[in-house]
Amino acid sequence: MIARDDGMIGIHFMRLGMLALALGLFFGVIGSFQFLFPEFLRELLFTKTRPLHVSLVVSWIFLIAIGGIYFYLPRQNNLKLWSYKAANIHFWVFIVTGLAILFSYLAGKFGGREYFEFPAALSVPIFLSWILFGVNYFRTLRPRKEPWPVYYWMWGTGIVFFFITFCEAYLWLIPYFRESMIREIIVQWKSYGALTGSWNMLVYGTAIYVATRIAGEEKTATSKMAYSLYFLGLFNLMFGWAHHTYLVPSETWIRTFAYFVSMTELFILGKILWDWRGSLETFRKHKYCNAYSFMVAADIWVFVNLILALFISVPAFNLITHGTHITVAHAMGSTIGINTMILLSSIFYVIREELPERAHAACSDQVRIGYWTANISLAVFFTALVLAGFGRGLYDGLSFQDMMVQIRPFLLVFAASGVTLMVGLWIVLWHAYRLTGQVLSPAAGEPVPDAA
Amino acid sequence: MGTEAAHLEPMSDEARVGQDLFQAHNCIACHQFYGLGGYMGPDLTNVTSSYSPMYARAFIMNGTANMPKFDLSDEELDAIVAYLEFVDETGTYPPKEYRVRWFGTVEQEDDPR
Repeated sequence: MIARDDGMIGIHFMRLGMLALALGLFFGVIGSFQFLFPEFLRELLFTKTRPLHVSLVVSWIFLIAIGGIYFYLPRQNNLKLWSYKAANIHFWVFIVTGLAILFSYLAGKFGGREYFEFPAALSVPIFLSWILFGVNYFRTLRPRKEPWPVYYWMWGTGIVFFFITFCEAYLWLIPYFRESMIREIIVQWKSYGALTGSWNMLVYGTAIYVATRIAGEEKTATSKMAYSLYFLGLFNLMFGWAHHTYLVPSETWIRTFAYFVSMTELFILGKILWDWRGSLETFRKHKYCNAYSFMVAADIWVFVNLILALFISVPAFNLITHGTHITVAHAMGSTIGINTMILLSSIFYVIREELPERAHAACSDQVRIGYWTANISLAVFFTALVLAGFGRGLYDGLSFQDMMVQIRPFLLVFAASGVTLMVGLWIVLWHAYRLTGQVLSPAAGEPVPDAA
Repeated sequence: MGTEAAHLEPMSDEARVGQDLFQAHNCIACHQFYGLGGYMGPDLTNVTSSYSPMYARAFIMNGTANMPKFDLSDEELDAIVAYLEFVDETGTYPPKEYRVRWFGTVEQEDDPR
């Protein structure tokens, strides 16, 4: 018998992640308006709002994926966590370090590189707590004698490679790398590409886990296709990063190799989710209404992103798209359309499992409104960025300001749809935050009237 | 392993100070090198050769409608310009002379290496 406390640390991680996303969206909206109206909130410069937005949204991805692992292992897989104390330390280190990073940004104290702009010393607690997480994960799984389903491999790989790529992201501190700008920029973007691959392992592992649970069978996680996805994802993680640096003067083989490696994993993931969707019984779709809807949205965004990713991975097209808003569209499509939809599916799956007697936990109008508002807004947002990117990439004049004037209508649509995207996701998050609070309450799982 | 840039002199101490200042003010949030960075301001890879070091210095010193005026000393301004000049030497972005192969790869002919 598993004690009720088992896995609840995962819910705390998830709730922290939801707060991070809510705040991250807010800073994203402020940043988008600063982009258009530079006088808007001049005290809070874009140099602050951009890292605040990016760091909070990346934290959301990690916190929900980590929360899911801490929850699913003990709560649903009979694997008692090796150390709850370590999980608690991990949680508190994340909170304290996260707050220190936010304050450093707000105070304008930078010192790191893009995406890790905070002073390098603050990476040390993140690094140490990640070791704790890794040890906890692998020691928790050690007693398991049966072969691992693919999601265990994906989570483990994501943990190991985050550790490696996070270290790589700080190689610029070593003079050998810093002495050469080209070497440094290539290594920096190699680490970011692989880092994204590592969190995709955590998120796609979560997707496959939730998909198998909703479908009520393990086939999705033990099929040849699932292991193919895993190995392709791993290959991509290790070698598919160089499409970021096609135009940095490095050897041609680096670029050519990346070109051929790129973007195979998304196709496979899409196929798995597509197959899974087709095999679901109507009853299960209804039972996990919210979780299912978000997984379907992720599935559709996989295909949209796949088309764009393949396009920008061709070096000849990359000449036009590189350094434009098309890259942002790709990043937003991936982090919101794919990762966020999968992670929201994971949260609503947990809610449905933990609050089985509360009908509104499975399907609700509030979530449906937020879901459609967010997805329609994201479609407009994504399209506006792609069009702005083409405007920038195809501009052949010399004036940066003139180019910005030409693409301004698209950027206005981007900013406006960013507001509705934020509102849509806030509605969903509010509902999820409230319900996960009920999961943590001692009365969780008891029947309540439907109107509650 | 593919990232050597033998044509370059090592980065000077002044440029290194400029690099630290560039990082300390998080300039990459708005600007780019080789198309990598933020989109609010222009790419700076070849700003000193496309315009001039003095042109870059004037912008940093006075700010623009989009860019705040940073309180930098003359030495700090010189250091940032020295860093931008160093970056300029590393290559050309966007490439001006290149060949697109039939299978979609690009051979850059103005790579200084």
